[in-house]
Amino acid sequence: MQLVEDHIRTLIAADIPIWDVDPYATEVLQTPEPYYTELREKGAFVYIPRYALLACGRYDETREVFSDWERFVSSRGVGLADFHVAKPWRAPSIVLEVDPPYHTRTRTVISRALSPRAVNDLKDAFAAKADALITELLDLGEFDAVDDLAEAFPVSVFPAAVGMREISKRMLVDYGAMAFNALGPENERRSKWLEKASEIVPWIMEQCKRESLSPGGFGATIYAAADADELTEEEAGMLVRSLLSAGIDTTVTGIGNTIWCLGRNPEQFEKLKRDPKLARPAFEEALRYTSPVHSFCRTASVDTTVGGVPISRDTKILCVLGAANLDERKWLNADRFDIERRPTGHLAFGVGIHGCVGQIVARAEAEAILTAIAQKVYSIDIIGEPVWRPNHAIHALDSMRVRFNRR
Amino acid sequence: MTSVTFRSHDGSTVQVNGELGVSLMQTALSNGIDGIVGECGGSAMCATCHVYVDEAFVNLLPPMNDVENEMLECTVSTRRASSRLSCQIRLSRELEGLVVELPETQA
Repeated sequence: MQLVEDHIRTLIAADIPIWDVDPYATEVLQTPEPYYTELREKGAFVYIPRYALLACGRYDETREVFSDWERFVSSRGVGLADFHVAKPWRAPSIVLEVDPPYHTRTRTVISRALSPRAVNDLKDAFAAKADALITELLDLGEFDAVDDLAEAFPVSVFPAAVGMREISKRMLVDYGAMAFNALGPENERRSKWLEKASEIVPWIMEQCKRESLSPGGFGATIYAAADADELTEEEAGMLVRSLLSAGIDTTVTGIGNTIWCLGRNPEQFEKLKRDPKLARPAFEEALRYTSPVHSFCRTASVDTTVGGVPISRDTKILCVLGAANLDERKWLNADRFDIERRPTGHLAFGVGIHGCVGQIVARAEAEAILTAIAQKVYSIDIIGEPVWRPNHAIHALDSMRVRFNRR
Repeated sequence: MTSVTFRSHDGSTVQVNGELGVSLMQTALSNGIDGIVGECGGSAMCATCHVYVDEAFVNLLPPMNDVENEMLECTVSTRRASSRLSCQIRLSRELEGLVVELPETQA
């Protein structure tokens, strides 16, 4: 058994195309669209020698692998490392990187905390914060859409909804970025981010303790499950930390990417201004179009086939969600951003039992901020070239100067 | 094909023909039924495809799993005994003539 990047080297069938590409190269992470296109064109699955794994980027096959938790497990890690043969950098997530029946127990508790009703109760607070922030940004005129808007808004509402009392924007955003970079290969970027763990992790641990959280938040609901013996105290703490690793950097990215889409497509922004009820569909389309989570892995637990392609047990498969969400086989005019598309079935939140458990909160945040923008902003000017921030699982902006013109 | 009737909160009804094996949520979306959103794409994870199933059909549906049950516990519109997530209902011959009521709001 030979290991590459801490997983078992995949043996390939003769007819699977081989492609010597590095999906984790900085330029690919910053501008992934040509890589997405070539990946889909080469075949349903391609073999990538430098990481000894299969990658898929066509919609049907990606969806099949990503949603079938029995044949393609998450418990062996959603990054390159296979937890059957390698030690994870930290204790694996007890919801993202586990399988049923254990997964059902943890997932049930988080989905209760983040339920439609719990989120509905927060809508007015989200709308008020969004309104205030957009007013402030209109006064500024020109600002950084990442720092001042995409990061500022979720950080102003989500940690408070969790029940956190001490809020550090940098720590919270970087915690997610670190966890997502850890999913990639052992390169310089990964080491650089893991070095931050010694500063970030103890702070997060402290903030997520039962006694640090205020009553009535998502965190308190999770600790209540420990009181009811549904979870141990330790598991409750881990799930509260999962809310923060998965719930900040992702929504930050989703909102930033949506502003990027609207800024580049003024005619779509006009539609949104005419009908602010398009805020939610506009966010969905921006998720499809930019895929904030660009790829996650699965590991084959059995010998199987997908779309006629044989896949052997122990194979790591890189599911390139960003490519599947732009697949012309599935989406008509896939490369066009259209807020009236209603792209139900996009893979940006995943699909099946591991689909994003926080998607209801994410949509509520996006709806609040995009509605405020639609009501108050006349036009969005992007100033200069936006810069993308390379990350092994997240496709996010690093900075984007923007001017909001008053309505 | 299976005929399905959607009755909206204001009492108006729309009848459509759905393909066998396709989910009720998908059927609603492909027929432009307002009141079914289906944001999560059918994973029982957003509860925006909540329906009240007509009494005559409740017992003909597949049993509810834990995930759907938990989701229905906290929908925005009140849960009733007949509440289901329409993404978890696949159209079959037995469901010919299915009638569902749409809740006041989904999100």
